[in-house]
Amino acid sequence: MKKPYAITLDVESSLANHTGSWRVERPQYVNLMPPCNNACPAGENIQNWLYIAEDGSYEAAWQALIQENPFPAIMGRVCYHPCQDVCSRAKLDEAVGINSVERFLGDLAIAKGWKIPAPEHASGFRVLIIGAGPTGLSAAYHLRRLGHDVTIRDAAKVAGGMMRFGIPKYRLPRNILNAEIARIQEMGVHFQLEHHVDNLQDAIDDGFDAVFLAVGAQIGKRAYIPACEAARILDAVSVLRDVEDGQAPLLGRRVVVYGGGNTAVDVARTAKRLGAEEAIIVYRRTREKAPADDGEIQEAIEEGVLMKWLATVKHAEEGTLKIEKMALDANGFPQPTGEFEELEADSLVLALGQEVDLSLLSNMTDLQIVDGTVQVDSRMMTGRAGIFAGGDMVPADRTVTTGVGHGKKAARNIDAWLRKGEFTKAETPEVIEYEKLNPWYYSDAPHAMRDRLEGARRATNFDEVVKGLDEETALYEARRCMSCGNCFECDNCFGVCPDNAVIKLGPGLGFEINLDYCKGCGICVTECPSGSIIMVPEKS
Amino acid sequence: MLKQIEGSRAVAEAVAVCRPEVICAYPISPQTHIVEGLSRMVKSGELLGCEFVNVESEFAAMSVAIGASATGARAYTATASQGLLYMIEAVYNASGLGLPIVMTVANRAIGGPINIWNDHSDAMSQRDCGWIQLYAETNQEAADLHVQAFKIAEELSLPVMVCMDGFILTHAYEQVDVPEQEQVDKFLPPFVPRQVLDPANPVSIGAMVGPEAFTEVRYITHANTLRALDVIPEVAKEFEGVFHRHSGGLIRPYKCAGAETVVIALGSMLGTIKDVVDEQREAGVSIGVLGIISFRPFPFDVVRTALRNATRVIIIEKAFSLGIGGIVAENIRMALAGIDIAKYTVIAGLGGRQITKASLHELFETAVTDDLRALTFLDLDQELVDTEIAKTRVQS
Amino acid sequence: MTTAPIKFYQVGSYAIGNRLLPSAAGSVQSDADRTNALTSGHRACQGCGEALGARYALDAAMRVANNKVITVNATGCLEVFSTPYPETSWRIAWLHSLFGNAPAVATGIAAALKAKGRTDIRVVGQGGDGATVDIGFGALSGMFERNDDVLYICYDNEAYMNTGVQRSGATPPAARTSTTQAVGEAPGNVFGQGKNLPRIAMAHEIPYVATATVADLRDLENKVEKAMQMRGARYLHVLVPCPLGWGSQSCDTVKIARLATESGLFPVFEAERGEVTASKKIRRQVPVEEYLKLQARYGHLFSPKRRDDVIDHLQAMADRNIVRYDLLESAGE
Repeated sequence: MKKPYAITLDVESSLANHTGSWRVERPQYVNLMPPCNNACPAGENIQNWLYIAEDGSYEAAWQALIQENPFPAIMGRVCYHPCQDVCSRAKLDEAVGINSVERFLGDLAIAKGWKIPAPEHASGFRVLIIGAGPTGLSAAYHLRRLGHDVTIRDAAKVAGGMMRFGIPKYRLPRNILNAEIARIQEMGVHFQLEHHVDNLQDAIDDGFDAVFLAVGAQIGKRAYIPACEAARILDAVSVLRDVEDGQAPLLGRRVVVYGGGNTAVDVARTAKRLGAEEAIIVYRRTREKAPADDGEIQEAIEEGVLMKWLATVKHAEEGTLKIEKMALDANGFPQPTGEFEELEADSLVLALGQEVDLSLLSNMTDLQIVDGTVQVDSRMMTGRAGIFAGGDMVPADRTVTTGVGHGKKAARNIDAWLRKGEFTKAETPEVIEYEKLNPWYYSDAPHAMRDRLEGARRATNFDEVVKGLDEETALYEARRCMSCGNCFECDNCFGVCPDNAVIKLGPGLGFEINLDYCKGCGICVTECPSGSIIMVPEKS
Repeated sequence: MLKQIEGSRAVAEAVAVCRPEVICAYPISPQTHIVEGLSRMVKSGELLGCEFVNVESEFAAMSVAIGASATGARAYTATASQGLLYMIEAVYNASGLGLPIVMTVANRAIGGPINIWNDHSDAMSQRDCGWIQLYAETNQEAADLHVQAFKIAEELSLPVMVCMDGFILTHAYEQVDVPEQEQVDKFLPPFVPRQVLDPANPVSIGAMVGPEAFTEVRYITHANTLRALDVIPEVAKEFEGVFHRHSGGLIRPYKCAGAETVVIALGSMLGTIKDVVDEQREAGVSIGVLGIISFRPFPFDVVRTALRNATRVIIIEKAFSLGIGGIVAENIRMALAGIDIAKYTVIAGLGGRQITKASLHELFETAVTDDLRALTFLDLDQELVDTEIAKTRVQS
Repeated sequence: MTTAPIKFYQVGSYAIGNRLLPSAAGSVQSDADRTNALTSGHRACQGCGEALGARYALDAAMRVANNKVITVNATGCLEVFSTPYPETSWRIAWLHSLFGNAPAVATGIAAALKAKGRTDIRVVGQGGDGATVDIGFGALSGMFERNDDVLYICYDNEAYMNTGVQRSGATPPAARTSTTQAVGEAPGNVFGQGKNLPRIAMAHEIPYVATATVADLRDLENKVEKAMQMRGARYLHVLVPCPLGWGSQSCDTVKIARLATESGLFPVFEAERGEVTASKKIRRQVPVEEYLKLQARYGHLFSPKRRDDVIDHLQAMADRNIVRYDLLESAGE
């Protein structure tokens, strides 16, 4: 059919008009550092495994998770989840229950028997790890995945370190602990238990190419408290260890725990379970200042543990303690008030921190010790080439998660050192600020709480206190994640572009800007919920 | 079929047998009877496959026709006077888009002062709008021109305005051989649009055209319009073949050949003029008539040929270009450029004033002795206007 | 404590798409193979709300009608930026006639289709606020009154943008345009009676009237879908911010539309046969100031001197809408 000139347009499309030339800025897709990942001591890519879990691909999510941390089920119970403290979702309603989803994945992996992929190549290197706590086990796991032959030695009869001897089983059931350790064993890591290493040099001479020290900090700190001889004073680490060994010490009806950390809370809650009528935590500062996790304190209170904040133990008698009240000064530090009171106590458990047993290093003069901890460089290597150290024995936060992180970091550096290279961490992207998000798009959804055993009932036994999430709730919780700084394929950019200049590449592939037509208006950036598009100036 | 019938009704019936698909109109005298008739035929089921849209203005009427025509429907509307002026923007748009809409203009004066009676001011105001303009002399021709108009329009993809004198034709009862369906079906094929809105083959119609192409667009439309000078006579001839009567064409000479004086006019006044010319002829005056049917495009060549041997021409017209004079006359002047013929312009019948045979006799008698002024207003009350003009001058 | 089972999809239906939803539940715009009735290469300004609104609406209409849609476009930005000869951005049968006649032209198309028995082909008229509220108002009212089978969509950017931001009947009070400049004692547009076209449309008791914005795609698409499933005259009034005319950042087009509804200044509702049947609840209510301050056309309300009197007046208008259209989620829901 003949077409009249200039009246009908049916051939020429405006696609011939490349409006991209108008642009002075262009949008660019980025993967920024979400605050949770940034806060994770174990360096987990939390946003990523939550993203994978969001569509129900739990095994894939678990596999992604264990690339950084071999203990999801343990972490989901004992990690103090600093990730949740910084979670952007908290500014909207409540933080995502990352920890509970992690536990869900960990438990599911145990139930389903998911396996850690076998290392592809044997490196030919042998590495010795001393200490089968979280740090040592983590290092062993990562080194094994990198193809090394790993031997792990520990003085105890069973592996686990402080996870077993420091954390009560109502927080970490032993079947869970054992299952995740067993998985490491199945990878082919050699466990040499009841093998106390007292001479490091001898151990090295057994033909190892590198050594990783992770003996932890197991010696309870003793503070000087004037006491009569009949006063019963114990240290927290020993109490917890004895309970684990089945030799619970006699603590009496009234137990006072001195200290404000997690160990103090663990001991107080353990004391209640051992039958103490009263368990009182005495701490010189306030609840807000106590280093213990607030959730733990809350659970302890629910179980009937009493709290005596702003108090110090001045003197211990048989059956009674003399307590001095403290007051916070203008700077927030506790100062003595000169006011005293008496507290009935059959025993006093000191939970004032732990020290490292450095005896195995006694003849290693090139290892620098400062304030009772081993000094390491940025590679976690001590003053002696090939000897690395991590966990509670080096200066750091003493948590399981930090230890796991150290294990990973050490493993990657040991690997690089063995291969005569240098481990270079992928460049850390900028942390995404909350202001860069567009939270309007996220559905309203409060945090799904994990069920708890009724406080009164649970305090009488060592059953696990916090229950896991069922699948539906875990999925819901995972989907509360806002994927800060990372595209989650909501199609907003694709939809809001007035110029159809966003190309949708398909599931899992994200999007691309069609620079032929993008005018650089920036709506895609403003409307990206997760802040994963930025504008960058066009080069002139 | 021969009928004693009102002009409007005859046109309505003629339009109906053209199988229009969309008819839209807004009431304005003296066009109303046409669309009243059509609306009745649609509503009664007599005219099938047609939508009648009662619009809220002439602007909407033409707009509805534009939409319908662009969708490939045969579209028709009718208007007059102010109505035509009110739709002008759309009138231009229809021709610009090359949409073969047919519209009746029941010619009427335009205000103010308001005047509902006949003259050609309305259609003449639209002489440059890009529509083909055909002027009917009789109701028979009015009916026939509508049938031809659809064919011309669709062949050229241009809109056609059929002008018929308001009241004089529209409201007059005469014998008309109303075109019949069978005949029209033989004559007028179904509408095959040159361009159409079709989701199966989506095109953009009515794009913006800038300086780079606008001149070309106008040139092409002009060339297409000039093609009508061939198409109009062909269609008239074809019409004659089917209907066995002559209607339409570009011009209609009457006793023109060899006449010293030729009277030129459009529309129904040609009847009166012919009567007077017959009487003048009987009195021995060498006088003839040239009726113009196609005013747009203006048939310069055939007009020039028809008039070239005349001594003088008298152009009688029912419209007036203020500050200039005759509109038809101006076109005749162009047609006769370079030929030495006296040209007299006569403005007559404005606002429905009757053009009497007596006045015409007097006019022609004055003209043949070349005593006529170049621009004459027929039956002007000179005394009245002189007094009024004098008053105004005193006041200012 | 147990959690009740909830279908929760991260962004629910607020975002354009959602990888967690079955694709059938996705928006038209999230479809990689969407029609793109208005395709790339058009010459709209950066961040044009109208370009967005037109594609949203037409793509949705085309999905419902199996692509059998003819659209009529009034003169205005949308027409000019989409079809400078010899290029067109339309991938839909498209006709532009004049500024003031789009509804009547649409009527003509609908009449032609009816005459031809092709009522499977649907007609969508579209124009800006000038074409709709002002110059084409008579034609629109006629189309409503006759209940012609046309969905007419007004892309309201609250002034004559194509000609250089002159005031239209849809320009809100206090807004600065080039013919209501920010000078004198009462700068910007007057506080008049306003010309609320959705309500005027409702007064015709046509089958369907709705308002929408480019900030809530699902709502807009649902309304187009609903409208397309009906016959007769239907009217959709879509707020489309204009960075040029409103003096806003091109990146804030959608955001500003969102604030217009979240403040209550632009009520999003639908009506059938003259009665309001539903309204979109405000999700996170904001004072009008949040909306105003992003736009230079209201700049004179904040500097050189803050005009609380005017801001309060505008807030009162928003508050009235909130009550009138029941825009707040009632407690307990």
